[in-house]
Amino acid sequence: MSEVLPAEGLLGASWLLIALPLAGAAVLLLGGRRTDRWGHLLGTATVVAAFVLALLCTFQLAGLEERSADVDLFTFISTGDLDVRAGLLFDPLSAIFALLITGVGSLIHVYSIGYMAHDPARRRFFAYLNLFVAAMLLLVLGNSFVALYVGWEGVGLASYLLIAFWYTRPAAATAAKKAFIMNRVGDVGLALAIFLMFAQLGTTSYAGVFGGVGTLAGGTITAIGLLLLLGACGKSGQFPLQAWLPDAMEGPTPVSALIHAATMVTAGVYLIARSAPIYDLTETARTVVMAIGALTLLIGAIAGCAYDDIKKVLAYSTVSQIGYMFLAVGLGPAGYVAGLAHLLAHGFFKAGLFLGAGSVMHAMNDSVDMRRFGGLWKKLPVTFVTFGLGYLALIGFPFLSGYFTKDAIIEATFDRDDWLGWTTGGIAVLAAGLTAFYMTRLMLMTFFGRARWEEGVHPHESPSVMTAPMVVLAVGSVFSGALLVSIFPLSDWLEPVFGEPEEAAHVIAPATIGIALTVIMLLGVLAAWLFVGRREVPVTAPVRVSPVTRAARNALYADTINESLFMRPGQWLTRALVWVDNRGVDGAVNGLAATLGGSSSRLGRAQTGFVRTYALGMLGGAVLVAGALLAVTAG
Amino acid sequence: MIEAPDLSLAALAPLLFVFGAACIGVLVEAFWPRESRHPVQVTVALVGTLGALVTTLLLTVDFEREITAAGALAVDGPALFLQATIAGLGALSLLLFAERALDPARSAFVVSAAVPAGSPRDRELLTVQRVQTEVYPLATFAIGGMMLFVAANDLLIMFVALEVLSLPLYLISGLARRRRLLSQEAAVKYFLLGAFASAFFLYGLALVYGATGSVRLGDIRSASLAGGTDVLLVLGLALLVVGLLFKASVAPFHTWTPDVYQGAPTPVTAFMAACTKVAAFGAILRLLYVAFGTAEWTWRPLVYAVAIVSMVVGAVLGLTQTDLKRMLAYSSIAHAGFLLTGVIGLGAAGDGSGLAATMFYLLTYGLTTLGAFAVLTLVRDGDGEATHLSQWAGLASRSPLVAAVMTLFLLALAGIPLTAGFTGKFAVFRAAIEEGAWPLALVALLASAVAAFFYLRVIVLMYFSPPAGAERGQGPTVGVPGMPTTIVLAITATATLALGIVPGSVLDLAERAAIFVG
Repeated sequence: MSEVLPAEGLLGASWLLIALPLAGAAVLLLGGRRTDRWGHLLGTATVVAAFVLALLCTFQLAGLEERSADVDLFTFISTGDLDVRAGLLFDPLSAIFALLITGVGSLIHVYSIGYMAHDPARRRFFAYLNLFVAAMLLLVLGNSFVALYVGWEGVGLASYLLIAFWYTRPAAATAAKKAFIMNRVGDVGLALAIFLMFAQLGTTSYAGVFGGVGTLAGGTITAIGLLLLLGACGKSGQFPLQAWLPDAMEGPTPVSALIHAATMVTAGVYLIARSAPIYDLTETARTVVMAIGALTLLIGAIAGCAYDDIKKVLAYSTVSQIGYMFLAVGLGPAGYVAGLAHLLAHGFFKAGLFLGAGSVMHAMNDSVDMRRFGGLWKKLPVTFVTFGLGYLALIGFPFLSGYFTKDAIIEATFDRDDWLGWTTGGIAVLAAGLTAFYMTRLMLMTFFGRARWEEGVHPHESPSVMTAPMVVLAVGSVFSGALLVSIFPLSDWLEPVFGEPEEAAHVIAPATIGIALTVIMLLGVLAAWLFVGRREVPVTAPVRVSPVTRAARNALYADTINESLFMRPGQWLTRALVWVDNRGVDGAVNGLAATLGGSSSRLGRAQTGFVRTYALGMLGGAVLVAGALLAVTAG
Repeated sequence: MIEAPDLSLAALAPLLFVFGAACIGVLVEAFWPRESRHPVQVTVALVGTLGALVTTLLLTVDFEREITAAGALAVDGPALFLQATIAGLGALSLLLFAERALDPARSAFVVSAAVPAGSPRDRELLTVQRVQTEVYPLATFAIGGMMLFVAANDLLIMFVALEVLSLPLYLISGLARRRRLLSQEAAVKYFLLGAFASAFFLYGLALVYGATGSVRLGDIRSASLAGGTDVLLVLGLALLVVGLLFKASVAPFHTWTPDVYQGAPTPVTAFMAACTKVAAFGAILRLLYVAFGTAEWTWRPLVYAVAIVSMVVGAVLGLTQTDLKRMLAYSSIAHAGFLLTGVIGLGAAGDGSGLAATMFYLLTYGLTTLGAFAVLTLVRDGDGEATHLSQWAGLASRSPLVAAVMTLFLLALAGIPLTAGFTGKFAVFRAAIEEGAWPLALVALLASAVAAFFYLRVIVLMYFSPPAGAERGQGPTVGVPGMPTTIVLAITATATLALGIVPGSVLDLAERAAIFVG
């Protein structure tokens, strides 16, 4: 970490980034029905204002020599040597996240004005969305693990509220609970990691922890790394905590785009990148990160091939793409920048894809079943073009964003030149082919072929308030990769955080990898054409399928595994605990309460209401006091 | 020829303000026409207390510790901090006195206290719109007495202040408009026991004078240093402490508290709970550390024991109370015990963090308890305030805002984080632990846990029980407060939250103020 100086000028006001959306949420939630008419506009305005502010702050940051600014906000508790301060850290890493969150956030707010136009609870939706943006900004801008944790829980809350936005639907309510509980599992890991840091180092600020981590024992560092990873897995939907993310698609589509694709689910990647100084010291933890990333990206890609629900396919694609990012940041210094570049590019194209899916749903009476789509490219031209560009970016079509960023990750993986590098790299290449397959399948089933619409469905293009953000995101999906890799290299911008990028010795020439990936991608597209495009798509999913398909349809039995490994034993454990609680603990507590209550009534009898009793009591007390004092003096 | 004593008028300004306002109040009572007297009295009293608050705050700007008025008054950090606290809390209490929107009879105070309760004339007066205005000068005198009490550098002045603050309190305790007999009984009990306690104090004063030949705190300190601890001095200390512990409602001298808190008009109870506690602890701190600081090991075990007794008695007896005012009275006894842990935390040389912690705790407790009593004035039935626990069942469904505000105060009293109560408790317990009194802190934590039960029970009752009397359509009503009570609730609720979330600046202030002159 380079030297951090107190913030001056505009950067000193970076707390406004958090305060603006937070104030928006407060006004909308507390203002009640009075704000119904203009609430969504206010909500959008606060996020756009935050985006402008984030841009200005970033420009100022670029001009600073240290490119890092510490914003001290206030002292929470200061007594003796315990000094808890709240502050922000605006550095290149938090700057790109702030821009991503507010930028994509602004577009999605604008989109939601159209998407949620007819929802009676639109104000509540924008309030939660603002709350999310504020919490997410706190997560990335805080200067300590505690601030990060507060933001971490804040986005968890916002995510829960928004998944269950239509809480009258049982599926939505269940999905929200599932997301919340699975996130709790991860959060315990994060909390334990923070406790461990505080116990070992006496501080949780980034500067203090990263400065002192070198003095810790290797085992402790690994433990911190693994616990942080558990937290990251929960939030980012990585193995073994991936099952909540597809279910979270029960929320409104803009939520899926903003929270469950572009920003919140990438918080795990942020956490690991931010904790780079810790991971740099523990090879074991990094290996586990890589392994989890590789495993998840494969699981996500396989599951994505089998679903017929357009949003679930995109959700598994998100799981898989975040797996790529984990793989990259698990590589250590060689991979941080590649992982973050993929994260940014993914933020553009995946948000665009989700908004496109929302536009399709809008046209199809909120149906998500791709078997009842088909032939939509004529009816929804703007959606088709923007969605198509996002699709090409995702599968890594040459010279679009995904091509550059995924390529960089796979390159860096092979550059390790050991068994781990070769295995995970191989998995990543294979999954790239699968990605091309399932995304092409999605395109074919949705936009091409014969129209298999249900009766009474009359597709129509969405209003321009929805299509405009899609166009912007599509432009971003096309160009962001080239921008981040070659024109304004992200590695230079992030140099103050991760250090000078070193020129790696390539094991396989980059051009070879590029060509190989393109070939694999085309094979995937071809396979999709052979299996899906050539034939008629049945309106109901075929029942007699191979075991592989069945496994993929069940997301490789993730829920079953979770249920049998954790839920059932958990239920047995709770039953046993309830028994112990009823018999043992309650007995003790009730006994204690009865004792206290009994002594309370007995003591209460002294309160007779007669002054003479009271005076006698006082006299007795005075005698005791005087006697005690005399005894102490004499003794 | 007698030399005129040196008087620092600037240092006396806060006291002059309050006592001046009280005297003007008496004149207004005598000469102003009755119809328009109420607003004038309220204004005079508020100007007096707020003026005192402002002047104390002005005094803190480049202030020097000094002893003035021929050595009778100590103007130092703790005195100013506590005077400001008393003046502020006093002004808020006066606002509660001035509330006219809640009671159908337009005031919480009886029109004519001399009319026998229950007589035909009394029933007649219940519907008269006239209001009692004598409470304002009386309360202002009490506030002045309290402010003098915490600054007294001389046992005689301390005694005079004790009487100045006590006598008006005895009187206004008996002025409730409803349940008059209960109120009068409370006043008589308070007076009798208070007189008893004053006698202890006075006897202690005489013994100390006999032992040291002086009533000046500083002189007592040097005399006890030179002459060691002799029996007369120790006995005197014991009796003085008894007198003060009575005022602070510390067990076993607490017996008056539940009866008086319940009987007195609720605004008066709020005033007593908040301001008297501050004043009494101010005097205890000054007496123990300025006059008897060198004899620390004499009284330390005593305070230790009394603190434990008070916490346990307050917490345990609070469990079975069914009346909210009585419950808050026992809570006040338990809190007196918590405050004594801060007194223990002051440390041998008086350099521990206990003084700052205790002063901070006094401020937070005063604000919170004042707010809690203010909420009590809102919930009413046909017979005045509905203070029985069962009447509060399901309050949240009828009046979510009132229930939420009450919840905040109760959480603060229980010491839940992010409220002022937590910060205060944290500060005093920490101070006690730093001085090695961790067993005391442990007992305090256990007592807090027991006490949390009865605070939380009210919350559970408000939120999770079916509304009281709903099926008969005769549950208590929640009054719409007028401007004065609204201001009090807004200020106390905001302060309770603010001191829980960003207590830094006020804690700093208390820390900087925490040096006695002597």
